[in-house]
Amino acid sequence: MAKIPSWAFDDLALGQTFPLGPKHVTAEEIIAFASEFDMQPMHLDEAAGKASLLGGLAASGWHTCSMFMRMVCDALLLDSTSQGAPGVEYARWRRPVLAGDTLSGETEIVALRRSEKRPRIGYVTCRHRVWNQHGDIVLELENAGMFLTREAVA
Amino acid sequence: MSALDQFLQIGETVVIGSHRFEAEEIKAFAAKFDPQPFHLDEEAARKSVFGGLCASGWHTVSVWMQVNLRHLEAVGERAWTGEGPRPAFGPSPGFRKLRWLKPTYAGSTLTYSRRAMHLRSHVARPGWNILTSLCEAHDETGDKVLEFESDVLLKTG
Repeated sequence: MAKIPSWAFDDLALGQTFPLGPKHVTAEEIIAFASEFDMQPMHLDEAAGKASLLGGLAASGWHTCSMFMRMVCDALLLDSTSQGAPGVEYARWRRPVLAGDTLSGETEIVALRRSEKRPRIGYVTCRHRVWNQHGDIVLELENAGMFLTREAVA
Repeated sequence: MSALDQFLQIGETVVIGSHRFEAEEIKAFAAKFDPQPFHLDEEAARKSVFGGLCASGWHTVSVWMQVNLRHLEAVGERAWTGEGPRPAFGPSPGFRKLRWLKPTYAGSTLTYSRRAMHLRSHVARPGWNILTSLCEAHDETGDKVLEFESDVLLKTG
């Protein structure tokens, strides 16, 4: 029998927050992700990054989103009844994530709604913010995820 | 149609390429970035709401970027017939309305497209504009699997 997760839909409250990170971002990780998915010079090469608007070897925005996802998995989702998410309302890459940065953040629950069609499922809307070691926001994102109710996993 | 609209292919849906999602790459991406059981393990995925191993949504959108850049490289620079310097792309400030409409199961092939929708001036950065594009992927049965509206900066004039 699998372990019963700590966080089901019923356990989450409006305004509740979960701390994200910290996550240190290395040049090697930035280059590895970009080599596969976003092979633009400012994501692959320090000099090209410095010459660009980003001001240094900078993570692909998709890499930043993926690192954010890992932080939310570790902070909440892996110990929850999460059933995935149907999408993301918006994501804003507010500042570049540069090699050597350390990312932290916060997930805040801003809406909770039980599914009308599927009584075992509830929608949890979260506002997420990720910032760097200077406290500058690098990523803002809002989405709704699906969580099983406590009854569904009992 | 203005030279700029023509250059940006405003309103035109461009099929940019396809990608087949193999089980091994789905698991490799998930192990790094999205280690939920339905992205990591066939048996756990069978028991989940998805009913089978499927790619992280962040994996399917990251591949959109990969396919997009390969397409841009393959077609080369578009001809610029307008006045002044050739428009230059900058970084992206973000995206909106990302929908994962259907799981991408191991072995499925997604075909990606983009359509430039509109261009507006960037209020805070004179000389720069924001180009909004609709990005989509369909699976081999023709079902739409994902869509999002992407912004990118464009320097003109």
